[in-house]
Amino acid sequence: MSAATKAIEAGHIWTFPGGIHPPERKEISNQTPIAPLPLAQQYTIPVKQHSGAPGEVLVQVGDKVKAGQALTQVGANNGLPVHAPTSGTVTAIGPGMIAHPSGLTDTVITIEADGNDEHVAFEPLANYTEISRAELLERIKTAGIAGLGGAGFPTAQKLALQRPLDYLIINGVECEPYISADDRLMREHAQTIIDGTEILLHIAGCEKALIAIEANKPEAIAAFEALLDKHPQLSLRVVPVKYPSGGEKQLIQLLTGRQVPSRGLPIDVGLVMQNVGTAYAVAQATLQGKPLLERVVTVTGENVAKPGNYWVRIGTPVAYLLEQCGFKPEPEQRVIMGGPMMGFTLADLSVPVVKITNCILVPSSQELAPAQDEMACIRCGACADVCPAQLLPQQLQWLAKAKDYDGLEQQNLFDCIECGACAYVCPSEIPLVHYYRKAKAEVRNIAREKAKAEVARERFEARQERLEREKQERLERHRKAAEARKKAQAEAVAQGGDNPQDAVQAAIARAKARKAAQAAAAEQQNKDGDDA
Amino acid sequence: MTVVTALIVLGVLALIFGLILGFAAVRFRVESDPIVDQIDAILPQTQCGQCGYPGCRPYAEAIANGDEINKCPPGGQSTINALADLMGVEAKPLDSAHGEEDVKKVAVIREDECIGCTKCIQACPVDAILGAAKQMHTVIAHECTGCDLCVEPCPVDCIDMVPVPVRPDNWQWDLKQIPVRVVDAVESSN
Repeated sequence: MSAATKAIEAGHIWTFPGGIHPPERKEISNQTPIAPLPLAQQYTIPVKQHSGAPGEVLVQVGDKVKAGQALTQVGANNGLPVHAPTSGTVTAIGPGMIAHPSGLTDTVITIEADGNDEHVAFEPLANYTEISRAELLERIKTAGIAGLGGAGFPTAQKLALQRPLDYLIINGVECEPYISADDRLMREHAQTIIDGTEILLHIAGCEKALIAIEANKPEAIAAFEALLDKHPQLSLRVVPVKYPSGGEKQLIQLLTGRQVPSRGLPIDVGLVMQNVGTAYAVAQATLQGKPLLERVVTVTGENVAKPGNYWVRIGTPVAYLLEQCGFKPEPEQRVIMGGPMMGFTLADLSVPVVKITNCILVPSSQELAPAQDEMACIRCGACADVCPAQLLPQQLQWLAKAKDYDGLEQQNLFDCIECGACAYVCPSEIPLVHYYRKAKAEVRNIAREKAKAEVARERFEARQERLEREKQERLERHRKAAEARKKAQAEAVAQGGDNPQDAVQAAIARAKARKAAQAAAAEQQNKDGDDA
Repeated sequence: MTVVTALIVLGVLALIFGLILGFAAVRFRVESDPIVDQIDAILPQTQCGQCGYPGCRPYAEAIANGDEINKCPPGGQSTINALADLMGVEAKPLDSAHGEEDVKKVAVIREDECIGCTKCIQACPVDAILGAAKQMHTVIAHECTGCDLCVEPCPVDCIDMVPVPVRPDNWQWDLKQIPVRVVDAVESSN
């Protein structure tokens, strides 16, 4: 065993560069147990809730559906299905608001709940070690499980990567201020999370798992400590409070001292990471056969009367969720999906809760100041000090403003995890992350245009070639037809028939004779005229 | 005498290098003009002909032979800048005689009005229109370069150029949609 591995085994906690200590404010929402949310009248389920292509829609308007029934099928390109969150009738399939910062619409399936909340028969599995790994992966895929930590990457796809793994890391750090969904889940469902972790270990073919929890969650830590004695494969790691310790690359650095290469994946350094919520959902899907129908959502901020954590069905409109929590909007109230650092302001409250929604934050203008006008960069360098990815935020900002996309790539723009630490410390209130997001979107767009131009070039060249070929074929056809005609004539002549060429020659001769005669006559006339 | 020796030596050297160069020219001959390929790679491949040449490659050849670099409206200023960089000339503003820079568009046939004349199919430089004589035609939207060449030949004016719709996956972050930032809540509430 190498020294580094020994240190990991001994529970050494490394550190990562940068980071900030914003006010945590988790006590607003983490005091009460997770409460079930009463059924809503209407649910809108976006067909795409994960990173990847959406699956094909399986239902039609007017169909009766039951909770847990798949609304879309497992698509190509790792398309995950979405499920009906409760029983009812499909009333519409079409454009609707989705949980996206753009406020644009996408295809959503609207279900009018009948209030009975009947569900399809789930197929529990007594012993998951008896079925094959592929079957387990299929089970997770058809349950529609995507990474519940925020990125929404299909879990089965992540697990399907077959490479030697040293550790599976279960991420219960939840470092973003205000959010306590994972905290409550760990306190109340530690056993299910452990079951899920063991299933994940089994599927990934990995020996050991590290469960990481931030030091500000003593109850969750206690809940795991009480259970982990019986699970030698699993060990607990308590990480110090710092934002963004819960970032994938940051947590890997904290627990193992390894660095994920630029543009690489954790699997490149022999690790795979899953969120605690994902581990819970995997246990539910495998052992109970239950697809991903609901998740824990933190509703918090000073403008709700009943902040806390709720079991919210996927597709529940945010407006309904807030109404149930005693929403007291103030003028120009902002409703933020996600936390204060990485979340985005919702354009409309009809947006549904989706698989990756971990928090709805309704702050008063006191607690979360509205955005100020951007001022000039004073080159203080505070942003570079806090960047956990060791980038140069200031430099990136200049380059983004100058639209120097090559320069941005040289400065490793794509290593930015958009944690918002740089914007948090910026004394000039520069919305740095938004410059990076915009620049990233533009770089991706340029790449897309380039790929499209390449296709257009190929099609243009193929068409030119086709036109040229058709022209040659036409000429060839004409030449052949002419030859055939000549041959037919020659044969006709040889058989003693009239040679059309003779007739032509005769006509030419006649015309010549006539011309000569006319010329002679004209000359004669001229001569006569001269004589006269 | 030394002068003659020098002349002979230089003459021999010139002959040797001439032979080497001559051999290299034949042996390492490059089939196509690489500069044309490089220019062609920068051009947007809309094949619209607004530059006055029948497609992007002919224009790339023309630029290689010294034509102006500012005749490509679909590429816009960024293409001109990239071309200026490559050719080592001054970047100029777009020549408005060839058109203005515009948002990206895609052709859409109003299908119930189409008479099936195939004129647009013949005009399309990238074969992005599907149909047959006396059958309805339609545009393969993701292959359409938005070149506009099908609009003019249509005898019943049933082709529209519509801007490419913004979807969540090609949306460019709007800088107005901005930050969510924590102030020190504990202090400010006191």
